[in-house]
Amino acid sequence: MTGNESDQSFIIEVNGLTKRYGQLLAVDGISFKVRRGEFFGFLGPNGAGKTTTVRMLTGVIKADAGNALIMGFGSGSLKAKQITGVIPETANAYGDLSASGNMMLMAKLYGVPSTEAKKRSNDYLHALGLWERSGSLVRTYSKGMKQRLVLAMALISDPEVLFLDEPTSGLDVQSARLMKDLLRDLNARGKTLFLTTHNMDEASQLCDRVAIINKGKIVAIDSPERLRMAISGRNCIEVSFSDSVNPDALMQLHGVNTVEKVGDRYRLYTDSPSELVTTLADYSCTAGVKIVSLNMLAPSLEDAFVALTENEDEHA
Amino acid sequence: MPDASMVWQQVRRSLAIARKDIRIYYSKGPVVIFGILFPVFLFLAFTIGRHLTVDFMIPGFMGMVLFFTATSISPIVVPWEAQARTLERLMSCPVWFETIIMGDILASFVFGIAISLVPIIIGLAMGVTISSPFIFAIAVILAAFCFAALGNIFSIPPTNLPATVNMIAAVVKFPVVFISGIFIPLNELPAWGQAIAYISPLTYFTDMARHSIQSEGHLPVYVDLLALFVFTVLFLTVALVLHRRTMPKRI
Repeated sequence: MTGNESDQSFIIEVNGLTKRYGQLLAVDGISFKVRRGEFFGFLGPNGAGKTTTVRMLTGVIKADAGNALIMGFGSGSLKAKQITGVIPETANAYGDLSASGNMMLMAKLYGVPSTEAKKRSNDYLHALGLWERSGSLVRTYSKGMKQRLVLAMALISDPEVLFLDEPTSGLDVQSARLMKDLLRDLNARGKTLFLTTHNMDEASQLCDRVAIINKGKIVAIDSPERLRMAISGRNCIEVSFSDSVNPDALMQLHGVNTVEKVGDRYRLYTDSPSELVTTLADYSCTAGVKIVSLNMLAPSLEDAFVALTENEDEHA
Repeated sequence: MPDASMVWQQVRRSLAIARKDIRIYYSKGPVVIFGILFPVFLFLAFTIGRHLTVDFMIPGFMGMVLFFTATSISPIVVPWEAQARTLERLMSCPVWFETIIMGDILASFVFGIAISLVPIIIGLAMGVTISSPFIFAIAVILAAFCFAALGNIFSIPPTNLPATVNMIAAVVKFPVVFISGIFIPLNELPAWGQAIAYISPLTYFTDMARHSIQSEGHLPVYVDLLALFVFTVLFLTVALVLHRRTMPKRI
């Protein structure tokens, strides 16, 4: 299939992608589409099949069944690889080459003309704070520097799609922030980003949509906000009282699903938070305790992730 | 079916991989010194005390240097790269499997040719004359490519431990040296010895080198040339086909 035969609004199209390692079904017939210019998150616990999926999409390994198209080109084809940049979980620049050497090697492997490659190399090494050490061997770099270099290497071919496999994993705050800022900037310039992570905050901050994968299957795909909202019963009111209260008494209140003690506060999970506020005010009067603080907490993406993956585990 | 421009593009990318290999794996003092010293000492161990002429020794010495250098690093490049995860990077680039393997073989080929200049210079300094330089040059180039492809075959088993690959290589390399007429002329070997010698590509290189230097060989030059060519095509095909199968298993 060529680029013209595919729906132009989708840059990645995955249909029934499956990968088996012996008895283990690592990826179980997953299907999804990523829109052009979208920042797409791929979330899942360790061993869920995230990296295997990325490896199939980037042509490093072959799928046992199903197919994936990148801008209409079969994943793994030269044309698909030519428009793709990859940032793997483990920084894999050549330690015995300098940053500039690694950049120029990538430029040659992607067929970037030498003059353009030098310009892009200089620009990205400057942007990622590596310029001053660009002549040093990469094996002398810190983990953060190596990961930033790998991002620069992926960008030298000016790819349409970037696959990022846990790019900020284990990085210091400064490196992680620098990387996230650059990713946002790339997305703003129209690049499509496919980010695998198990960092909920990161996915929440960066992604337009996320897919949650567990045990090789996709359990949900939606925007982070919608996923949070979809978790009924995970709305939470955090309340603290002037005196100690009996958690069992709180559990008896109308509309409370679960009670969780967090320090001197109680988290009451409910389906109807506004009604519970009134009930808590009544309880405060009848029990003779004052409410010191009361906050409504929306469910986090982490809550959604836990709920969805737990559901999947229960149904398995 | 790939067109000519695509093939040329892949050739250029293969050269980029070869240049990377030479910079990273071959341009190291210890590698170069080991590449020269190891065959020198092995050769001396088997020739000192025997009354052999320089004209006889130099082709054998050349053969050993070329064989050991062209097969020294190529078996461990793929396992090393798999271990360092750089192989995954190469595999995600717009290159064919064959481009990666050809790049590794080309680097080994260049290293073999470069180091083989040492015995040539030693031979010339000792008064050896090369009577057929054209045949000699073809023999060196073809043999370096043949041995580089053989070295690459050793890394086909999908293990990422260079030590395991080195062990596999040693099991093959040392017997090949001893059966190839380097230390004993083919004419002096019994019929069964000659039959065994013919299964080694090194035999044909040594015989061609003796044609070029001593003006006498055991087999006709065209037979040596044809045999080396067939071995080269065979090793190259095996390396390309089997690496395509095993490379994804390394990831």
